[in-house]
Amino acid sequence: MTFGTIAALTVLALPAASAALLAALPSYRVSAALNVASALVTFLASVVFIADPPTPNAYILVDDLNVVFIVLNTFVGFTASVFSATYIAHEIETGRLTPVHLRFYHAMYQFLLLSMNLALLANNIGLMWVAIELATLTTVLMVGIYRTPEAIEAAWKYFILGSVGIALALFGTILVYMAARPILGEGVQGMLWTTLIEHAPAFESSLLNLAFVFLLLGYGTKVGLAPLHAWLPDAHAEGPTPISAVLSGLLLNVALYAVLRFKLLLDANAKALAPGPLMATLGLVSVVFAAFMLYRRRDVKRMFAYSSIEHMGVIVFAFGVGGPLANFAGLLHMAMHSLTKSAIFYTVGQIAQVKGTQRIAEIRGLTVSHPLLGWCLVFGVFAIVGLPPMGVFMSEFLIVSSTFARVPWLALPLAFGLLVALGALVLRLQGMAFGAPTGATAPTKSSALPILSHFALVLLAGVYLPPPLVTWFQHVAQLLR
Amino acid sequence: MKGLSFDVAHLLAGGLVLISFLLLYQTRLYALLNVFALQAVVLSLSVAWQAYVQGADHLYLTALFAFAFKAIIIPVALHRIIAELGIHRDVENVVGVGLTMLGGLALVALSEVVMLRIASDAGVLAREDLAFALSVVLLGMLMMVVRRNAVSMVVGFMSLENGLILAATAAKGMPLVVEISVAFSVLVALVVIGVFLFRISERFETVDAHALDRLRGRRG
Repeated sequence: MTFGTIAALTVLALPAASAALLAALPSYRVSAALNVASALVTFLASVVFIADPPTPNAYILVDDLNVVFIVLNTFVGFTASVFSATYIAHEIETGRLTPVHLRFYHAMYQFLLLSMNLALLANNIGLMWVAIELATLTTVLMVGIYRTPEAIEAAWKYFILGSVGIALALFGTILVYMAARPILGEGVQGMLWTTLIEHAPAFESSLLNLAFVFLLLGYGTKVGLAPLHAWLPDAHAEGPTPISAVLSGLLLNVALYAVLRFKLLLDANAKALAPGPLMATLGLVSVVFAAFMLYRRRDVKRMFAYSSIEHMGVIVFAFGVGGPLANFAGLLHMAMHSLTKSAIFYTVGQIAQVKGTQRIAEIRGLTVSHPLLGWCLVFGVFAIVGLPPMGVFMSEFLIVSSTFARVPWLALPLAFGLLVALGALVLRLQGMAFGAPTGATAPTKSSALPILSHFALVLLAGVYLPPPLVTWFQHVAQLLR
Repeated sequence: MKGLSFDVAHLLAGGLVLISFLLLYQTRLYALLNVFALQAVVLSLSVAWQAYVQGADHLYLTALFAFAFKAIIIPVALHRIIAELGIHRDVENVVGVGLTMLGGLALVALSEVVMLRIASDAGVLAREDLAFALSVVLLGMLMMVVRRNAVSMVVGFMSLENGLILAATAAKGMPLVVEISVAFSVLVALVVIGVFLFRISERFETVDAHALDRLRGRRG
């Protein structure tokens, strides 16, 4: 066995074993520590993939595209588990969660990491579908964990919309198999990425087209693209904040990864329709729609959820426009958005805990009452709206400029959407961060380390991207065409 | 595949679409559940027939599973939940029955046009089955849109899933069909448990516009 194979086993088996163990452990302190440790080891194992990717087999595929996703996913999964450890201690104190809930919560957390890793690593389109379905189910259960009417309503809405999306994606998956069958014959060969992409030029293009429409709508629901996004703000607002961070930073990316894989299949087939315009349209609609919706938000977590819709729109738009530069920028933006948005949710979670509310109107003067949290929020919002010198600025700049080069008239609405979103977020930030503080002023007990580490990475990426990383991203961008 | 085996497969798949229409105009919850159980029986027959025709033994497992789970366990469980939670037994429609049926006809026509034209290479039976499967999927979605209460939305979702199982078995030799049908059943089981545990009855109006406004209005 090579190191890569061992790493692949670790990335899958460790979360599974931890989930089983955490479901049985009664002490929430021990569980939280174990949760962090398991997530850390998973992250370290995934780093091995960069140096020594395992050879693809019938179950596992590690190539240059999904390594980006896996490393990012396990890293944010790890920092979110650190944040979650301090977050849940507070929830126990206030009595919003009981130790029994926490056993369930920790087991589900590891199970979620397992299903996301499986979705990213799977070489089989059916297996990937099952993994994304399991990830959906797990997050539904987590969103509803507070059992308030709002939380149940949010979980139910997510459940129904997510299930319909998943169902459409399965229909698309079946159609892909049907398209592959005349060429690859019956059996498992027709569902493996490695053989599919190799023989894609020979597939029946009309079946492939229809399949992609279903897959884009199905997995697009999970990405949170605009007409299909209704579950996303509620699920982000009503669940525990670590889960909001994981949803925004990870699960949306996993669904995006699925869309990208199928886009590759269509790109490889010369007679199939170009997937780019479809994706660019959905992305652009999401950006502009979410940007305007940002103005009417009164709940801080809902506001950042809409910001996630906007950014997923930007990323899907970038991949839709295509070309080496836009793909590069899309990948970079995905990484930057994951890091920034999850850090923002960590900050917002702590703010909601010290203030005892998520309402924007009741949060005032944070930089005075809680300087560290307040300035973290300011930095986070500045980073996410794309102000220089942070990483999001660079990726957004690249996306807008590459769009100008390829389809100039699309760059205008995109830039317009980005500016509208900037206005909305900065407007709301002013009230929350500055002015005379109101409400509780108790200091926060949570650690700011996860937040600061993410922000440091985002700042670093904006100022200086290491050349090996750039070459690697460029290589992946070329794979994506 | 010709003659009798084709006709039987065609009949069963067509039967699923017809039962989807039956589901659309039920006005009582218990009747809705009975019709759904009928659809599950027809589905398991159809899957079993495919297993026989294709000589694919693992599909018998899927058929058995569909029968036990969706024709017996789920309807019985939902019957009891309705009784226990005291859910209003009438189905509330957002759109009138006539309009719903017309919409259903349009959806079936759409899926026939789309699938028959596209899947010309896939073999006659697979093509027809895919067209029927897409019809069942779309009718299930239509049902989820026009119904208000949680139980009939769940039934709509399950009938949508029946369409997917039909499509998966029609795709000859598709691997993982058993696994996928099990994964889907877990999903369905959780929906049903969710209805029960969270006491989602008709006063709780799920994903319709009304409920959306409630969350939005309060939380912003």
